[in-house]
Amino acid sequence: MTGPSAASDQDGAGQDGAGQDSASQDGAGQDSASQDSAGQDSVARAAATPQRRQPFDELGLTAAEYERIRQILGRRPTDAELAIYSGMWSEHCSYKSSKVHLRQFAEKAPESAALLAGIGQQAGVVDIGQGYAVTFKIESHNHPSYVEPYQGAATGVGGIVRDILAMGARPVAVMDALRFGPADAPDTRRVLPGVVGGISFYGNCLGLPNIGGELAFDACYAGNPLVNALCVGVMRHGDMKDAAAHGPGNQVILFGSGTGPDGIGGASVLASASFGKKEELTGDGPPAAGGETAGGNGRPSAGSRVAPGPRLAPGPRLAPGSAAKRPSVQVGDPFMEKLLVECCLELYAAGLVSAIQDLGAAGISCAATELAAAGTGGMRVRLDAVPVRDASLGPAAILRSESQERMMAVARPPDVAAFLGVCAKWGVPATVIGEVTGTGRMEMTWHGELIVDMPPGSAADDGPVYHRPMARPADQDALAAADPATLARPGDGPGLRAALLSLLGSPGLADKSWVTEQYDRYVRGNTVLASPQDAGLLRIDEQTHLGVALATDGNGRYCRLDPYAGTQLALAEAYRNVAATGARPLAVTNCLNFGSPEEPAVMWQFAEATAGLADGCAALGVPVTGGNVSFYNQTRGSAIHPTPVVGVLGVHDDVRRRLSIGFGAAGAKILLLGRTRPGELGGSAWAHVMHGHLGGRPPRPDLDAERALAGVLIAAAADGLLAAAHDLSEGGLAVALAESCLSGGVGCRVMLPGASRGQGASRGPGNDLGPGDRFGYLFSESAARAIVAVRPGAEQAFDALADASGLAVQALGATGGDSLLVDGCFEIPLAELAAAQAGPLPALFG
Amino acid sequence: MRARVGVVTFPGSLDDADAARAVTRAGGEPVPLWHGERDLHGVDAVILPGGFSYGDYLRCGAIARFSPVMTELVPAARAGLPVLGICNGFQILCEAGLLPGALTRNAARRFTCRDVPLRVENANTPWTRHYTAGERIVIPLKSGEGAYVADPGTLAELEAAGQVVVRYENGSPNGSTANIAGICGDPCHVVGLMPHPEHALDELTGPGSDGLGFFASVISVLAAT
Repeated sequence: MTGPSAASDQDGAGQDGAGQDSASQDGAGQDSASQDSAGQDSVARAAATPQRRQPFDELGLTAAEYERIRQILGRRPTDAELAIYSGMWSEHCSYKSSKVHLRQFAEKAPESAALLAGIGQQAGVVDIGQGYAVTFKIESHNHPSYVEPYQGAATGVGGIVRDILAMGARPVAVMDALRFGPADAPDTRRVLPGVVGGISFYGNCLGLPNIGGELAFDACYAGNPLVNALCVGVMRHGDMKDAAAHGPGNQVILFGSGTGPDGIGGASVLASASFGKKEELTGDGPPAAGGETAGGNGRPSAGSRVAPGPRLAPGPRLAPGSAAKRPSVQVGDPFMEKLLVECCLELYAAGLVSAIQDLGAAGISCAATELAAAGTGGMRVRLDAVPVRDASLGPAAILRSESQERMMAVARPPDVAAFLGVCAKWGVPATVIGEVTGTGRMEMTWHGELIVDMPPGSAADDGPVYHRPMARPADQDALAAADPATLARPGDGPGLRAALLSLLGSPGLADKSWVTEQYDRYVRGNTVLASPQDAGLLRIDEQTHLGVALATDGNGRYCRLDPYAGTQLALAEAYRNVAATGARPLAVTNCLNFGSPEEPAVMWQFAEATAGLADGCAALGVPVTGGNVSFYNQTRGSAIHPTPVVGVLGVHDDVRRRLSIGFGAAGAKILLLGRTRPGELGGSAWAHVMHGHLGGRPPRPDLDAERALAGVLIAAAADGLLAAAHDLSEGGLAVALAESCLSGGVGCRVMLPGASRGQGASRGPGNDLGPGDRFGYLFSESAARAIVAVRPGAEQAFDALADASGLAVQALGATGGDSLLVDGCFEIPLAELAAAQAGPLPALFG
Repeated sequence: MRARVGVVTFPGSLDDADAARAVTRAGGEPVPLWHGERDLHGVDAVILPGGFSYGDYLRCGAIARFSPVMTELVPAARAGLPVLGICNGFQILCEAGLLPGALTRNAARRFTCRDVPLRVENANTPWTRHYTAGERIVIPLKSGEGAYVADPGTLAELEAAGQVVVRYENGSPNGSTANIAGICGDPCHVVGLMPHPEHALDELTGPGSDGLGFFASVISVLAAT
């Protein structure tokens, strides 16, 4: 019987040693099993037993992939080599389904002088001037956060922080984009507090301010919460580190936590054990497919963590007695991570690191093969030298373990003593486990026996690439045809008033303090803006007042209706939010959350979304610097809405001139910038909250208008012309006005142009609404819009600026009073607005 | 010459840079002190900053209390060295026996980060001279175990001796006994605070500049001696 045909046997149990391996699904057990029965597998043994049955499908590899491995090696792989390939060729690490679409981020990238390092690195690096470079990236931790919300979310933060650290930067802040099922669903009460608690625990203990993010609810995320964590770091030009092991003779050092039997095979197969836990937790049946695929766009990132991988066969396969024996979600230790951060920064400053990579998905397998493949090409590693927390761990388990808080570095022999000295100062265990060689081979030994002998690039760079079939979803036309114009809408004042209060009181638009108060936003003393502002803003230099702004945005409803336009709307909103602080957008990161790539409809959504983002970035002149893909976000065949989350980073030349959303003083003229299009209610918060409706077309992206709007906001901030600025997005003008009133504690009096002919001076092609279309004016979600409060005395200067931009400008009214008054429609006291917005989350989550 | 104020860094200290910045803003010279050194480098006062020293394993501040630098700090504090413990620093001072009572889990069982209004009860400590008794200030609170507790006898003594330095206004955000946000020893040169004055130095990065007074106070007191 040939390996493949034998191993295609589904239960795989009770056969030979290898069969037991496949049954156990427990890396430690796996090794001990084979040691007990047949002894440790090795290169020599593999050559001698070419036909030995191997559990490649249990490891998430297809028969064709397994055959290719045999061709590469010219023999069957050893257990250890199979562990490496199964991790590195998983969707999670190899991008085999997304690669062909992600390429366009580089191919269509706009010229940008700001980009110091782009796609392919652990994270992109952006020049923000004055000798500073900033690196940032967003990454998913969706599946583990559902299985074990607290640790799943905590280790998601830990992983992205190590990605940033590995670039040579000091991590300075985090953000989180969170999406859950219906807020009042029982399981959301399990998942949300756990996720928020885990982020709070890890980020706070690590000493990183949490400066913003998102919180959204939709039935499509029940069973598939989205936990996307962003980290930003700062370094000086020239301090950038790379993950390339050069120089034969240089020493390979593993430092940080010990390697334990946790997250073994997370990047490939332990998903089945997770799903077993999931069933116990939720009573849910098994997902048709499950897991997380993540890494740097176009290249795996060792920083992306825990990843129950794609199940190529439907349904879970729990080996007897192995269910949840080991958690596939690691337990994070933020204290060790804090020591690791300070230790690495001291090592960098002392010039003791010639290459470094964080350990994440596929653990040592990924870090070692990537370091070797990117460098001279050869490396010899003594796996038995790896410090373990469980003496029963064998080489395959050590290679697959995704234990947290570990880094792998390369140091010149004369630097090793000093390197270990710095680690000792910080109490960080460090061990020399190997050295760089010129052989071009990744060689690993176990107590002197050669157990891995392979070209590192064959695992790190030459993984499979699939052109998955794509098909426009069958229901796409029906969805587009279900126009919200048919929905009952309020026409009179009391109806409009009630609609605004309902929107503000909906969980997605309600006050997020219940969540954000669990995050430390002050630590490090450089947080200028944080949630609920449009974007987070950090001071980078206390003398020059240079800063960076960051925003993440995504809208699954828009993307479900039109993934191309919806993704551009997410990009546009993040870009607008950054500009609304007065910062100049420079670069983009992304976290692409989708269903199963094995479904043509999902791949169509993915192709549309990636094309939309690449084209949008080209139009806005901001390159994608990196990101992450998360497939298999679906349960029993029902996928989430396609939910690309886009992060935009901008530079602020003087953070003292930042703009915030709040109306802080009375007497400021309020203007609406940008054009309101009638009936842009497809996928709107109003349709969702008031009617549970999703249909029609999303608002039309207008990237030229976004550029013009951003230009005006940035220039007006620099000239000190504005008292406040707030972008319009979910809930439209009505919600934006309410948020600005509540944030600043000052009311406003506005008049809708449609409400009374001849009043409300309008310039430019601003008002497309028929007279009296108050509803459309208040709740339409047309893009490329913002409200601003002009500093008294600066009106003329601002008008000149706005006119020169060709931007549509609509005078609405002025700040003042203790209520939100919309002339001829309604008046709502701030206290009533506040009560409506503050109530929901505490009522739901305690 | 400028007052030299030591800021201790334990493994897991997080607000040490912020405390040093506050000392500088107030006109003092911050002096970094390392947990592993039995040496205070001749500083005129010491700040134990916020964070999670030694991971707060076992109990907040329980391990830090045994660190080498503390073996120097405790006798120096008993001998009159002004010491301010902020958040985790307050917890360490209680564990070290320099302040009475203890800090326990927030009533809501959640970490809480918010700007809290405080009333200055005792403006005679070396750390609060720049305030006036009864003055209302707003500075950030950010902690998971900030609820002050002590036995009734101790509480009575603290109240009687005016050792309650600051109190939460409009009720306690964390279940702290008698709304206590900060206390001092007897004599009053050792002060523990749960809220973070080092995060209230200016409008740009904090709720305002109400926190600067704690640092300015000790520096002017030291300058006068």
